[in-house]
Amino acid sequence: MNAMTEQELSAAAPKGGRRIGEVILDVQNITLRFGGVKALTDISFDVREHEVRAIIGPNGAGKSSMLNCINGVYQPQEGRITFRGQTFRHMNSRQVAEMGVARTFQNLALFKGMSVLDNIMTGRNLKMKSGLLAQALRIGPAEREELRHREFVEHIIDFLEIQAWRKTPVGRLPYGLQKRVDLGRALAMEPQVLLLDEPMAGMNVEEKQDMSRFILDVNDEFGSTIVLIEHDMGVVMDISDRVVVLDYGKKIGDGTPHEVRSNPEVIRAYLGAEH
Amino acid sequence: METSANTFPKLLQAHARQRPDAPAVREKDLGIWQTWDWARAATEVREIACGLASLGFRGGQNLAIVGANRPHLYFAVVAAQCLRGVPVPLYQDAVAAEMVFMLDDAAIEFAFAEDQEQVDKLLECRELQEAQHPGGQRIRHVVYDDPRGLRHYDQPGLLGYEQLRQLGRAFDTAHPGLFDQAVAAGEPGDVAVILYTSGTTGRPKGVCQTHASFMAAGRGGVETDRLGPGDDIMSYLPMAWVGDHLFSVAQWLVGGFTLNCPESAATVMNDMREIGPTYYFGPPRTFEGLLTTVSIRMEDAAAPKRWMYARFMALARRVGADILTGRPVAFGDRLMYALGNLLVYGPLRNVLGMSRIRVAYTAGAAIGPDLFRFYRSIGINLKQFYGQTETCAYVCLQRDGQVQLNSVGSAAPGMELKIADSGEVLVRGVSVLKEYYKRPDATAEVLDADGYFHTGDAGVIDHEGHLRIIDRAKDVGRLNGPGGTCNGAMFAPNYIENKLKFFPQIKEAVCFGHGRDEVCAFVNIDYEAVGNWAERRGLPYGGYVDLAGKAEVLQLVKDCVEQVNADLAAEEGMEATQIARFLVLHKELDPDDDELTRTRKVRRGFIADKYAVLVDALYGGKAEQFIETQVKFEDGRTGKVSATLKIVQAKQFPPVKAAA
Repeated sequence: MNAMTEQELSAAAPKGGRRIGEVILDVQNITLRFGGVKALTDISFDVREHEVRAIIGPNGAGKSSMLNCINGVYQPQEGRITFRGQTFRHMNSRQVAEMGVARTFQNLALFKGMSVLDNIMTGRNLKMKSGLLAQALRIGPAEREELRHREFVEHIIDFLEIQAWRKTPVGRLPYGLQKRVDLGRALAMEPQVLLLDEPMAGMNVEEKQDMSRFILDVNDEFGSTIVLIEHDMGVVMDISDRVVVLDYGKKIGDGTPHEVRSNPEVIRAYLGAEH
Repeated sequence: METSANTFPKLLQAHARQRPDAPAVREKDLGIWQTWDWARAATEVREIACGLASLGFRGGQNLAIVGANRPHLYFAVVAAQCLRGVPVPLYQDAVAAEMVFMLDDAAIEFAFAEDQEQVDKLLECRELQEAQHPGGQRIRHVVYDDPRGLRHYDQPGLLGYEQLRQLGRAFDTAHPGLFDQAVAAGEPGDVAVILYTSGTTGRPKGVCQTHASFMAAGRGGVETDRLGPGDDIMSYLPMAWVGDHLFSVAQWLVGGFTLNCPESAATVMNDMREIGPTYYFGPPRTFEGLLTTVSIRMEDAAAPKRWMYARFMALARRVGADILTGRPVAFGDRLMYALGNLLVYGPLRNVLGMSRIRVAYTAGAAIGPDLFRFYRSIGINLKQFYGQTETCAYVCLQRDGQVQLNSVGSAAPGMELKIADSGEVLVRGVSVLKEYYKRPDATAEVLDADGYFHTGDAGVIDHEGHLRIIDRAKDVGRLNGPGGTCNGAMFAPNYIENKLKFFPQIKEAVCFGHGRDEVCAFVNIDYEAVGNWAERRGLPYGGYVDLAGKAEVLQLVKDCVEQVNADLAAEEGMEATQIARFLVLHKELDPDDDELTRTRKVRRGFIADKYAVLVDALYGGKAEQFIETQVKFEDGRTGKVSATLKIVQAKQFPPVKAAA
């Protein structure tokens, strides 16, 4: 890679290792109900800049609901979310995206009939400034703009090592590669915070290793803060800085992987030990 | 090309003067082909050379080059030569423990690496060196091309490519004339490159080749095939391999054509289609892989297409090769072939990325008759050559119009051939090595007093002067005869293995027979081809081990083995070496487990030792045998696979007189 993107350059400026910064996202006392069912009860945790934060918990613990509250898909009945100093009662998904939060989905949300390139280009949607007509006709500024975005997308394709499938319809790719494209689409938004919903579900060991490497590289190269949900405990312990543990919609643990692993409540939730 | 240029750096400078704007190198980056013209290539080489000089690299030192085919790595090769240093390309998939041997052997302090993966490996090598000989010679400087992931590395001696160029520019300004003097001082007799042999036996040896040798080899090939500016070649094979050095460095600089570097190893097929090279090299397995892909896709095609393909391919098999060679062919057939060219052959060549191919070469292993005929019949001028690292891969080549399946062609310009009494092929001429690096003993073994290089291959020269290689001279053994050990029929294991490997279902084969009463074989199935075959038949399987053990698969392989037996029965001197029994191995033979060399040749002796229990079972008349094998994964971890292998008896045929 010869030219570096602006973002890479700015991330490159302070040399010498990844540094974890201030609290960038603060979730306070979130409660989410679906009718009479409490999906989340009084959840609070924070995310610091440049860290890899994992949310773990058994099936139905409320992990995906938590992410959905953060990016505005669900609106919690109680609690507040503070993002970069601004406090919200509930988030609005467009606003969240504009503030620099991107996510990937557990069940993939890609356009199966479109090529890898086009799918990742959709991630640039919010950054496109020229009007519909100008884009359709590819006149003047619209063309220049598209070239700029295309270049950015090509950096992502290079980064994720998916050059060989640039023009392949996503539906024809194996699952592991589709997951990578999903990550690429999220990266195209140049997110400050990246929410990853089970990025390694259904992958074999080798694919998991690749994905872990990409996640750490994204964190390192692009400086993105990462919040991820994951089931594979080995992966979580290896790549995350801090871990939140949910069980039945309640927070039962929070801390470094080591602390969480030795927390008796967490052990009980995962191993079902006697009371 | 002016003849005063007698080293590769001088050739590069001559191109930069004569055709500064012509494309020298292309590389696909971020989806777009980037071009270096000759002037820019020469400038970058100058900057790299001066940058290396500023770090302390001097004439006589060696520069390791580790990575895939990238323009900057090719520039680094020439840059080292500019300073009268010697580039040493190393196989990029070697693990640190293997690489450290060559780094120590060639006393390498400077390395040029492609990316983070290679930098990590070189740093690991440095730690190994520190542990093995504290305070001794070690890698001091590593220059890397791709900075990704390396930002936070603070190990001493690491330098990015752009920083190297900056240093180079500053050094050049501070020391005017130094670079030009160094280039002008270069002699044709200087060592131009050290290439390590893959080491089918023992430790790798560094083969020293001079500018004069490689230039003569390059010139011979360029003149025979009339290559020059306007031709395009795809550079995608390991830079450490002599063939790539011949095509992508020697012929490139002699001929002045354009090198094209693919975006990544996975995109070679796509990039081929976009570039449309006119000159192409691939080992037989690459051509085989392409044909397998085409065959699989044809089987999935609609019935009319399949019919058309079958019909025109039958015509092509009959007359295609003759049309290409220029032999007389009936007018009606010519007309039909032209129609076929429009409907089938042309589109097929396009899919293969071979629409513009004028010359395609294969070498390194025997090529299957069906495979060879397929490519020639659809109008691709596929030819063979013969050579080894010690002869710049330049001994024999096939001229247009004299292409045969079984021979590797006649002696190349400037080369002489002789067959020793033992059947070994001896070679003398322009391309023969200067020496093995720091190994006079080994050099004396292969170079005799008359200047003949002993190739180690057994072969015969026919009445037209075409050389036919049968086997490795040391591999040719004898079966047990009635009178005792090793006095029976001649046994050429490679010859039989190659016959087996010509079947798309068989990936590798290993034959045993020297000092035995009969021939037995190990077979590796081709996972892709057999897997596809199984899916087509609705045969469920759970991975390689399971598939390899299926009764249906054993029957499939048995059919192949029996066809080979029928073939052998028809060949004089080969009747006795029909395969009596075989088994299908439970794991793929792999260079990571030392079973194959890095160029994927089987290491028969090593395999015989490692799987001794299986060999004993084959000759002991057992029906099956349990085996557990340790395997090494790509990341260096190890695991175990085990299986119970069935031993299959193959039908043998009575000898028949060869049909006229």
